[in-house]
Amino acid sequence: MNVGDIRQMFPILDQEVNGRPLVYLDSAATSQKPVPVIEALDKYYREYNSNVHRGVHTLGTRATDGYEGAREKVRKFINAKSTEEIVFTRGTTTAINTVAASYGRDNLKEGDEIVISYMEHHSNIIPWQQVARQTGAALKYLPLQEDGTISLEDVRETVTSSTKIVSIMQVSNVLGVMNPIKEIAKIAHENGAIMVVDGAQSAPHMKIDVQDLDCDFLAFSGHKMCGPTGIGVLYGKKKHLEKMEPVEFGGEMIDFVGLYESTWKELPWKFEGGTPIIAGAIGLGAAIDFLEQVGLDEIEAHEHKLAAYAMEKMSTIEGMTIYGPKEASKRAGLVTFNIDDVHPHDVATVLDAEGIAVRAGHHCAQPLMKWLKASATARASFYLYNTEEDIDKLVEGLVKTKEYFSDVF
Amino acid sequence: MSSKNLDTLYRQVIMDHYKNPRNKGVLEDDSLTINMNNPTCGDRIQLTLKLEDGKVADAKFEGEGCSISMSSASMMTQAIKGKNIEQALKLSKVFSDMMLGKEYDEDDLDLGDIEALQGVSQFPARIKCATLAWKAMEKGVSEDKEEQE
Repeated sequence: MNVGDIRQMFPILDQEVNGRPLVYLDSAATSQKPVPVIEALDKYYREYNSNVHRGVHTLGTRATDGYEGAREKVRKFINAKSTEEIVFTRGTTTAINTVAASYGRDNLKEGDEIVISYMEHHSNIIPWQQVARQTGAALKYLPLQEDGTISLEDVRETVTSSTKIVSIMQVSNVLGVMNPIKEIAKIAHENGAIMVVDGAQSAPHMKIDVQDLDCDFLAFSGHKMCGPTGIGVLYGKKKHLEKMEPVEFGGEMIDFVGLYESTWKELPWKFEGGTPIIAGAIGLGAAIDFLEQVGLDEIEAHEHKLAAYAMEKMSTIEGMTIYGPKEASKRAGLVTFNIDDVHPHDVATVLDAEGIAVRAGHHCAQPLMKWLKASATARASFYLYNTEEDIDKLVEGLVKTKEYFSDVF
Repeated sequence: MSSKNLDTLYRQVIMDHYKNPRNKGVLEDDSLTINMNNPTCGDRIQLTLKLEDGKVADAKFEGEGCSISMSSASMMTQAIKGKNIEQALKLSKVFSDMMLGKEYDEDDLDLGDIEALQGVSQFPARIKCATLAWKAMEKGVSEDKEEQE
């Protein structure tokens, strides 16, 4: 994997921000897009934009082939058994909401439990809060270890025979922790619960095999994996999806419509009401081709290396707190941190003046922030186009930030 | 470092208010309490106001956030204390215009330290930090008005 060549494929990286070359370290929020993805979108709109699944005309067929072709690419990407198990959604949030609103509402009752963890993103908390309120089920939180990891012992203790749903993120967007999903799924199943996986931070960075994980549902977003915004995926085991009611009703998802009753299309289309996200799916398909060409294993190894390098360099800065596991081997490609006496917003503003883009705030994980006893943190996140030089610039910027704020005080 | 740009944001007087906040704390007794947060970033403020005879008799704040949000809260409480409510609201309007980079009419109002926050208008991502305390004040005043009516 040649990072120099890869960077050439991301035109956005080649610019100055505030008079400095851009150093983009916010890929966990959204990744940048390579030329093949931009071109796939451009080509679709220039050459074969048309509605899918209905037109007899040639463009309609080409659009349908593009859209359904993308579904097959997604299937292969996560090793699902069939394309019936691949539902296109607006993103991870919509995908988890679909599971909660459909599977959750139909299968939960008072006395049942939903188990999530303290590290979850709001998109894997609030849908469950809502369905818990509606059904009378209880929402339970898995505790975290000192270093932010989940222990299987805690999982065994928290998941009981009353648990119907376990929903956990595969990689934390704050701690960088990689959770043992396969083992957690096993415990969930032993207790008669299903396993839902928030893959928003894992799908872009590592190989996922849904059959090997044996998860019941997996949700992820296109825009964090070099694809466009507005497209995401809900994978679900066919046996569940078949029984589930759609959440959105209207065009595209129906089989027969009577005056007072209607029937639904077969899988996966019954979950895709309205004109689907055609360009988005085609763009996601191009992103998958691109990532597979580079190689997911190579991308993961590259990010591990960057994370290890960043941890090593950043921990030399005095007053630096790094959240999550200390061992680089336990974490994915992001580092969440705070510098003593400088608020993360101020850190992000000073870095921005240096052309360095990082995230500051609660990262849509307020319960986790509470656990970390931090009202906000700063985060640098890496992707296949980042280099050690980017991290050197970050460290330089952080040293300057410290100097700047000690000067003004 | 392109610190010229940054220096328009982080003025000495702002850092002084951040480091040594004025009116930090909570007013007791029959004061108004307003809690506000900035959901996108986690900044949080609790403002307590004592409104008497159409005047801001006292104001204190507690909270956590960045230098801009906390210094703005400190300056705001300093500026509105002793002012009548109309003037406090007018000051808030002037401040809002200042943040939006609009022309503002300070009229007979003494902006004092607040003027130091003018540079925030050049940092769009930070405007919400600066306006948090002012929004809390406006909310408190309007709640009080509703109660009176």
